[in-house]
Amino acid sequence: MTQAIQTDTVEPVPLPEGLQGIVADWSSDQRAFKKVPWGKAMMWIFLVSDTFIFGAFLVSYMDVRMSTTDPWPNPSEVFALTLWGHKIPLILIAIMTFILISSSGTMAMAVNFGYRKDRVKTFVLLLITAALGASFVGMQAFEWTKLITEEGVRPWGNPMGAAQFGSSFFMITGFHGTHVSIGVIFLVIVAIKVMRGDLDRQRPGFLTGRKGNYEIVEIMGLYWHFVDLVWVFIFALFYLW
Amino acid sequence: MAHAEGQQHPIGIYLKIWGLLFILSAASYLVDYFHFQGYLRWFLIIVFMLLKAGLIVAVFMHMLWERLALMYAILVPPLLLLVLMGIGALEADYTFFTRGVFFLEQLF
Repeated sequence: MTQAIQTDTVEPVPLPEGLQGIVADWSSDQRAFKKVPWGKAMMWIFLVSDTFIFGAFLVSYMDVRMSTTDPWPNPSEVFALTLWGHKIPLILIAIMTFILISSSGTMAMAVNFGYRKDRVKTFVLLLITAALGASFVGMQAFEWTKLITEEGVRPWGNPMGAAQFGSSFFMITGFHGTHVSIGVIFLVIVAIKVMRGDLDRQRPGFLTGRKGNYEIVEIMGLYWHFVDLVWVFIFALFYLW
Repeated sequence: MAHAEGQQHPIGIYLKIWGLLFILSAASYLVDYFHFQGYLRWFLIIVFMLLKAGLIVAVFMHMLWERLALMYAILVPPLLLLVLMGIGALEADYTFFTRGVFFLEQLF
């Protein structure tokens, strides 16, 4: 009996690793995701659901591209730009890719400096990330404008070939662009919180009322890296295929 | 206290992965630039894509340092999409075939 009461105060039992760790973590009515903050586990779960949304989009794109009898427009030519008198294939998309990867890099570093409680560096890195994200959205707006006004691409057809090209393109990149835009807004919000010192003073958030903590920078980072991750797949499967 | 533990790693690892991602992106762009075609093109695109995705998830998203329970809970379910992909491919093949038959009948 005394043993049972004591278990509350003694040192916690070391967690088993590997497959035994999975069974131990998921069993006996307890918290499954150990050593991660609650918010981070929930962000991961959300990202899994988002993966299925983009997965469904990309599979449907594969489906319509395989089943159409019309020739598929060549993305390499459709997305070419003429710079300094040379027609360079896919150059805008390549630049957008590098911008998004760079923003992922600055985001990872913001998370790192956040845990070191370096407010100024975290703030600056978050703002750089947001600026890169905003420029990505700007380039996408330029790309859409060019495609709609100059190339005449519509969701229901285009002069280059299969009608499904337009519908796939606008749905997939539109949904991704929306994710980037939302990410930029949240980056700015997190940056302001960092700069004001909300996270050091554990000030409750205006929406959730939860105490401020540098974990939110990492949770924000997960979302942002996911946006970059989705772009990796879109770049490979839509633009390069 | 669980909340005191954050993912804390040296800055250098992020810079290295960043550089690696740049190289891989440049490589996948060059696949298009040099007009590789056919299976070589598809193979290279998929390889570079998976390498980039793996690096982002493993290092930038810190999956490498999480417990196996979280890793499996997050990374295994998306594999179901491969089943959806298989079904989609079967269906698309059939649609392509029936469209071919239909358009041929219209010709003659």
